[in-house]
Amino acid sequence: MPRKKAVAALLRFATGAAVTLLIAGFFGAALIRLGPGYETDERTLDARYSDATTGAIGRENAKDSNVLTFYGRYLTQAVRGNFGISRTYEIPVSELIRSRAGVTLRLIGEGLGLGWILGLSLAGAATFFRWRLLTLSAEAFSALALSLPAAVFALLLFLARGPVFLVLAMAVFPRVFRYAHDLFEQARREPRIEAARARGVREWNIFRDYVVKPSWPPLLALAGVSFSIAFGALIPVEVVCDIPGIGQLAWKAALGRDLPVLVTLTLMVAAITVAVNGLAGWLGDPRDEREGLAQ
Amino acid sequence: MIRYAALGLLALLFLTALSSNWIAPAPYERQFRTETNGAPSAKFPLGTDHLGRDRLSRLLYGTRVSLLLAPAAAAISLVIALLAGGSAALAGGWWDRIVTAASNLFLSLPWLFLFLTVRSVLPLNTAPSTSILITFGLMGLLGWGAGARVIRAAVLQIRDAPFTLYAHAFGCPPARLWFRHLLPHLRTVLLAQFWISVPAFILGEASLGLLGLGVAEPMPSWGNLLKELQSAPEWREYWVFAPIALLSLVMILFQLSRPMKHELKGRTA
Repeated sequence: MPRKKAVAALLRFATGAAVTLLIAGFFGAALIRLGPGYETDERTLDARYSDATTGAIGRENAKDSNVLTFYGRYLTQAVRGNFGISRTYEIPVSELIRSRAGVTLRLIGEGLGLGWILGLSLAGAATFFRWRLLTLSAEAFSALALSLPAAVFALLLFLARGPVFLVLAMAVFPRVFRYAHDLFEQARREPRIEAARARGVREWNIFRDYVVKPSWPPLLALAGVSFSIAFGALIPVEVVCDIPGIGQLAWKAALGRDLPVLVTLTLMVAAITVAVNGLAGWLGDPRDEREGLAQ
Repeated sequence: MIRYAALGLLALLFLTALSSNWIAPAPYERQFRTETNGAPSAKFPLGTDHLGRDRLSRLLYGTRVSLLLAPAAAAISLVIALLAGGSAALAGGWWDRIVTAASNLFLSLPWLFLFLTVRSVLPLNTAPSTSILITFGLMGLLGWGAGARVIRAAVLQIRDAPFTLYAHAFGCPPARLWFRHLLPHLRTVLLAQFWISVPAFILGEASLGLLGLGVAEPMPSWGNLLKELQSAPEWREYWVFAPIALLSLVMILFQLSRPMKHELKGRTA
């Protein structure tokens, strides 16, 4: 019986996620397609193209004139692994994303890893040692990290020739630190901590078993939000530092109104965020706290 | 104490920004063509940019744009969030499901990606004043997702409270119920949401401006003032970094003056 319930819950989540993704993709497609200037294709202004070629480009673009038709065609092809041809780069979108994914994944991996390690270590140390100076310094550091946009951090690091993934770490760190610190402090005030102390349990064991362990599920819930934060920071970082990754591709696609690329990226980012958030929700998490953090 | 000092400093900055017309040494678009890329001097305390425009004047006018319009965008998003979240909690059923799905959708996409996509489909070669309206209006229209969820949760909590039930029992009309009974109880949540949104929108504009999708030249804003740094200045030209210093100061002041944080600390002390 519990297995049936789990399967039903999983099916409900999968249906909800699929509907959200479909709407996200359609929203992106409609937005770009109906935006002013979409009809203008820079290639048709290129003197090197003959009248026949520009006519063919016009006919090709006319196929996308109806958003519903475009989206339906796009989804049918996407199921077969074909995400269309990029309007800006004139190569298949899947190839474009594959060639840039490595750089982005490494950047996000390094940034998220460092941000999480830094946030958790400082939150843990501040709760365990209870040194006021350490807590104040960590809070000041996180306030500073929150006070500058990722693009400015990227610029400063670019000028200082520092490692770029630090920008992503600085975007993720304050959220992780603040959330983890609040959770640890909440857990530390539980009456069972005093009871454990009275039983003579060692401080380190209390911290590990009664503070850190119960905080893990809600902390994991932050994973989805931190991916979203990291991807948001990735765009200016890759643009400012001229890194050929997915963030830069998103920027160029947005400027070039590259519909297939934008729809694919919207679906991809929404899919990852929805999947990670869904997994986190499954582990049990107070949703409203996450939303507060997302800001 | 720190909170009031931060609020005082913020108020001072707002007043300075409001009076930029009178205190700025020169109009923001005026060019001093013989003094391009000038170092700080008595005439130009923060030097001049590559077009010979006074940096201090541009910073003052830019502060006015960012500091006045970010709260306006936050107010727009708060009104949308209140209408969406509040009506969803009160109506329930299919409307609640639609609003929840819509806010899920907005929350599932990274903010900057969403802004970037939507901003890029709107005309880029517009008049500066139109670009201001587009940039901040867009942030107001797109930034309601998280607020709606928080407000929905808050309204759900008070929907079945005894005072709401009494009001219903005595035949209180919906408008009166909203304005006399529900809104006063949501004041803290709304204020906290507003206070969270303002710095987020300031940072949003700065990021969009740096990517060339924010407020159009020659109108200064923190975003396009920061864009100037992309020309990779030398560290010794410290005056070029003044917009960064001001932006971080304002953001820190907003964090120090957050009402929710203050109340939370008061409760948990």
